[in-house]
Amino acid sequence: MQEVTTEKKEFVPNIVAFCCNWCSYAGADLAGSSRLTYPANVKIIRVPCSCRVNPTFVLKAFQQGADGVILCGCHPGDCHYVTGNYYTRRRMSLLFSFLNYMGIEKERTRVEWVSAAEGAKFSAVMNDFVKTVTELGENKKLTDLRVKEGE
Amino acid sequence: MKEVELKMLERAKALLERGEVARVIGWKKGDFCFDPTPASFESVDELKDFTYDWFCGANLSKYLIQMSKKDGKTAVFLKPCDTYSFNQLVKEHRIAREKVYVIAVECLGKLNIEAIKEKTDGIVESVSVVDKDVKVVTTSGEFTLYKPEVVLSKCAVCNKTHQVKDEEIIIHERPERDVNRFEEVEKLEAMTAEERFAFWKAQLSKCIRCNACRNVCPACSCIKCVFDNPQSGIAAKANDSDFEEQLFHIIRAFHVSGRCTDCGECSRVCPQNIPLHLLNRKFIKDIDNLYGEYQAGETSDGKTPLTSYSENDAEPTDVVNGEAK
Amino acid sequence: MLKIAKENLNALYAKINETMGLFIPIKKAGEVNYHVWGEGKEVSIETLKTVKSPKNMFFPQTENMMKFKTDGKNLEIIDVRESFNERRSFVLFGVKACDYKAIEVLDKVFLADPVDSFYQDRRQRTTVVTLACSKPEESCFCGVFGIDATAPQGDVTTWLDNEYLYWQANTEKGENLTTLVKELMENGGETEVAAQQEATKAVLAKLPFAALDLSRFKPENLNDLFNDPAWEEMSEACLGCGTCTFVCPTCQCFDIRDFKTNEGVVRYRCWDSCMYSDFTLMAHGNSRTTQMQRFRQRFMHKLVYYPSQNDGLYSCVGCGRCVNKCPQRLNIVKVIKTLGGKNDD
Repeated sequence: MQEVTTEKKEFVPNIVAFCCNWCSYAGADLAGSSRLTYPANVKIIRVPCSCRVNPTFVLKAFQQGADGVILCGCHPGDCHYVTGNYYTRRRMSLLFSFLNYMGIEKERTRVEWVSAAEGAKFSAVMNDFVKTVTELGENKKLTDLRVKEGE
Repeated sequence: MKEVELKMLERAKALLERGEVARVIGWKKGDFCFDPTPASFESVDELKDFTYDWFCGANLSKYLIQMSKKDGKTAVFLKPCDTYSFNQLVKEHRIAREKVYVIAVECLGKLNIEAIKEKTDGIVESVSVVDKDVKVVTTSGEFTLYKPEVVLSKCAVCNKTHQVKDEEIIIHERPERDVNRFEEVEKLEAMTAEERFAFWKAQLSKCIRCNACRNVCPACSCIKCVFDNPQSGIAAKANDSDFEEQLFHIIRAFHVSGRCTDCGECSRVCPQNIPLHLLNRKFIKDIDNLYGEYQAGETSDGKTPLTSYSENDAEPTDVVNGEAK
Repeated sequence: MLKIAKENLNALYAKINETMGLFIPIKKAGEVNYHVWGEGKEVSIETLKTVKSPKNMFFPQTENMMKFKTDGKNLEIIDVRESFNERRSFVLFGVKACDYKAIEVLDKVFLADPVDSFYQDRRQRTTVVTLACSKPEESCFCGVFGIDATAPQGDVTTWLDNEYLYWQANTEKGENLTTLVKELMENGGETEVAAQQEATKAVLAKLPFAALDLSRFKPENLNDLFNDPAWEEMSEACLGCGTCTFVCPTCQCFDIRDFKTNEGVVRYRCWDSCMYSDFTLMAHGNSRTTQMQRFRQRFMHKLVYYPSQNDGLYSCVGCGRCVNKCPQRLNIVKVIKTLGGKNDD
């Protein structure tokens, strides 16, 4: 680990994916069992519903070193709790627009609807998101330098 | 203003004398001509210190949370903008409506003493207002200032009218003005992301985490705030890193979105003069654009934009600069 | 006495900055606070009251005290004090008389046994250059606490008029600094300074708060003051924010907390405010449960508790920041007037 290399290490982003238990988490499962690949740097956090995700979770993820945060939930109309993802949609639209207003790249945040049958979509979404965030580079605007101390 | 003050005093006296209310919430004279303090008056005798002047910018509605828990009815003087906060607090069941007697009063824009001091020299001795002229007498002489330049930031673009219809109103309502309260937000939106980031970084790095913005905010009425709760995992007292300030102000602005009436108290109280109202106004503007025009506090019932939804709402990915593609 | 023309002040700052760090009132994003000097920054030493007081330079709002690094089952404790000797000396420039007195108040807390080594290190490394006031404002009442705003103490005392900054060293540290910058200065200024002092004193004597009566605030009146019914009414409008505490040059309370990093834990301290509901929170709950009690604590500490432990030295210096900054216009002056006024009862 301590090897000194002159070459610059390729940037591999840290991605946090909040997945709803009923659709997207199962979608991720299906992607796995269908042997569809998605980048290993996507860290999935299972939540009961996408609307469980408080804006604080998104910010905390960035604080702790995430370079991108994605929320995945059931398609609108298919929420296990009937209406949860409708609220997610409004909240995150406003939050992401607000982050953009504060000069923080909106592209680091995303909401996608992935059903339990959409293993392929899950894989495609994650590949695309990782690609976008890799292009953006390291998250420097919404990070806590203390966390990275010693790195 | 003197005329209004006398009418208010008359009403307060009558209510207390007749025992209709147990206390009146208004403003008490300070040490100078520009520092009135919110106060409750429980007897006619105490009213000798009562005042209503050009510096009564404080929004009294939040005090009603505590006051309406006390015995007896509380009378309160509310300026037009304060009535919105009042309605919102009633809507959120934070105030017992039946225990409050509202008297809506004329405002016409309150003055910002810091702005006045900056534009004058010497020690301020008296301030009077005639139409758009603010006459300031100081130990160094007399100054005439243009009122729109020395009002509180919240008053500069206010066109609010009284929203409490069922009780009494002292003096006529303010004529509606043609103002665009989103002008400053639009200016920021027109900047590049880097410029916006630099702007907010410079502003928020002044933050001393005194919590004045939160404590004065009528929408911040949680009994226990997450930022005061060491168990919440985000209760950072420190302003050690830029992130702390971003976190606090983003979460606070988000938490009051859809409920913020744009009363502007946050910017009035900030000791470092951070334009905090520009955070809240962005949410208000986005909500107006995306989910239809909505003014929190216009009524004391109904749902707020973030506690309701429509099946046809825009997708987050389609929202660019606060507008749906 | 030495003097330097106002237009050469930038050269003076640059000269100091060659060998030491320089903290000076600088306007950033519209507000003047103490910041590190650099070429092109908007210096504003004339500003009477910076929003945050210079106590921030010795007792920063947040400060790391120690670090813990974990590696598997190994725990490494890092004493950050070991890095103190890498720190630069610095000059704190433009401190007003009230703020300088406030440093004395803090010294009695942090330099008394057990000595606070973090504070002590910064204090020892600092040369304080004070600046006499020439334009006090209505919220000033330093005279009540026996402070002469026209002749502040400090390692070097300076006076500023429209043309010159006048310079007089008071201590060895001050002499050393003077040697460093002497080449930029010329002799003279005694008469100008004396004239300015006289003129300012006339203004100070007429300030609205010049005659505040502190005589009731004595340790023997502790119980009477503590139990005064007026606290209830005085604190009624208090929001419970920490503005007064954080702009105060003498407030000294802090909290110690841990912050988890990717590699371990940082233990830091940060300012705390007795106005906060979670102040001195203990396992059993809070010792002061109402805002009235918290409000009372702050002013009793300034006017009664602290003086009773420090030979009658009040821990208010009359800078008037709370008078200007309290959102609801409550402040220590109103407390002094309300309670002090009961003297003749």
